[in-house]
Amino acid sequence: MSVSDQPVNMIAEIEAPSLSLSDLTWRRFKRHKMAIAGLVVLFLLIIYSFGGAFFVTEKYANFTDTKERLQAPNAKHPFGTDTIGRDLLARTIYGGQISIIIGITAAFVEVMIGIVIGAVAGYFGGKIDAVLMRFTEAMLNLPQLLLLIVMAKFFSSDIKNIELFGREFSGSVVVIIFIIGLTSWPYLARIVRAEFLSIKEREFILAARATGTPTWEIIFKHILPNSIAPIVVSATLGVAGAISLEAYVSFLGLGVRAPTATWGNMLENAYRYIESAYWMWFFPGMFIVLIVLSINFLGDGLRDALDPRSRTV
Amino acid sequence: MTEPLVRVENLTKHFPIRKGMLIERVVGAVQAVDSISFTIERGETLGMVGESGCGKTTAGRTLLGLYPATSGRTIIDGHSVHEARGSELMQVRRKAQMIFQDPYASLNPRWTVNSIVSEPLRVHKLLPNQKARNERVKELLELVGLNARHINRFPHEFSGGQRQRIGIARALASEPLFIVCDEPISALDVSIQAQVVNLLEKLQDQLGLTYLFVAHDLSMVRHICDRVAVMYLGIMVELAERDELYENPLHPYTKALLSAVPVPDPRKERERKRVILTGDVPSPINPPSGCRFHPRCPIAVERCKVDVPEWRELKPGHHVACHLAEN
Repeated sequence: MSVSDQPVNMIAEIEAPSLSLSDLTWRRFKRHKMAIAGLVVLFLLIIYSFGGAFFVTEKYANFTDTKERLQAPNAKHPFGTDTIGRDLLARTIYGGQISIIIGITAAFVEVMIGIVIGAVAGYFGGKIDAVLMRFTEAMLNLPQLLLLIVMAKFFSSDIKNIELFGREFSGSVVVIIFIIGLTSWPYLARIVRAEFLSIKEREFILAARATGTPTWEIIFKHILPNSIAPIVVSATLGVAGAISLEAYVSFLGLGVRAPTATWGNMLENAYRYIESAYWMWFFPGMFIVLIVLSINFLGDGLRDALDPRSRTV
Repeated sequence: MTEPLVRVENLTKHFPIRKGMLIERVVGAVQAVDSISFTIERGETLGMVGESGCGKTTAGRTLLGLYPATSGRTIIDGHSVHEARGSELMQVRRKAQMIFQDPYASLNPRWTVNSIVSEPLRVHKLLPNQKARNERVKELLELVGLNARHINRFPHEFSGGQRQRIGIARALASEPLFIVCDEPISALDVSIQAQVVNLLEKLQDQLGLTYLFVAHDLSMVRHICDRVAVMYLGIMVELAERDELYENPLHPYTKALLSAVPVPDPRKERERKRVILTGDVPSPINPPSGCRFHPRCPIAVERCKVDVPEWRELKPGHHVACHLAEN
């Protein structure tokens, strides 16, 4: 045997410590200045809403004092008060919690539905794919806002308050989460399907099938982790989308009911006071703009960082 | 004589061509593999050669049941591959494995070497726990000439040759009897090719493996195989012992293939007669009538356009599909 069958892996011993996929991703992400800024702002907003709860109670946020209605920002009420004298600073803190929770959970619902429908359509193909995709396209063709408003009206007839962690929420929070989740998944489903269509043809999937790996494992352990990049990006953007949709629906008076505050429903009555009480729309509006922008920049950064085809390191 | 490990009977794979969006109809078929039959004895290496697109890879995948067969069957160690379900199918999957052509595409880029190589151990529940599996993976890595310390690395940290070794380690993990090597060396550098081929031979000796070695490199096939089958446009045209095939090829296509192998001696190279084929390989969607090779065959007669040549055993162990093989 003239050629040694030992590879020259001595060379491997002295090479530089290797970079894992996540190292490379983080490197690319760091170069995206706006994404870093978005991450910082998002972090601050989360600290504001969840950390603020240690300084003011929810009771205080929902406390009405009509003697102090429509006060401009002052020492006692830094963000002013609303039409029935509730402190806006406290309400933006608790409203922020609800808005962020709605954003994340609605995006979670969206991602779950999108992954299941996209994965099944993409992996099994054929008739199943045709049926699921025609349904998805039908969903895409209905204007989401119209659907949201109709569903919000439909489900809003009889809503009880729910108790969680010793706090009371309007049941409308859950309704909003589901109607946003149930109307936003079609885009994601199509992205997931496209990823599955391309990845299932790769040889390592054939290798897994040759090994006898069960289908569900091929779908969830082989294909899904390889299509995670676009899913993470759209999930991130989905959070921003859900927060602004919640604001939109709440603004129309069909969203989360008082006394539970969200950044969106704080705007509900503010439009009547655009000139006379600017603080009523300025503070919640500012928070909505900040969080939606910062999440969108974060999503942009993630898209560049996670896409293996983008420039390396 | 004992039953051969692998018996392929009239295996056929046609890929239907569909048209229409909602109401699909089949408008034709790519006849990728058409009625091939052969056997592989235990411990033997059968080479399968042919030019690009002749159905070698499809044949390898179909006989393992990775594609459903259009007709025909494969029997591996007593199991009928395409009829096996449930635990019998798992038996087949354990006993028959595959090594792939492209070492960059055949390993999941998001899995570590450990997860990749231990997948068969996990799926077939061959070892009781994670610790035993880790030990076994390290053993396998050493066996294929990789450093066991690299167990937690990702595929992108390895070279092409090393990746192919990972693929080989994965194929060996379930202790198979039979491995389909689907052009395992054609994506590799020439110097690495020899290493991988030597490794495959060493493993065959150590573990008593049986190979179906799909390739288009005739010299490499001659080096590693006991018997060689030649495919053309989805059919098998000749099958014989290695030396018999290389020294006394009967089919005109085999002769042409062999004459295309360069001889590393310029004087001999200048003197020898080459059979040069004209034209391209016809489309497998609409293969020629009669003998599929007749439009390009240098010795074809009228009969070749009409009659499909029979698969005949002309000499003991030497099969050929040609009307004129006797001359």
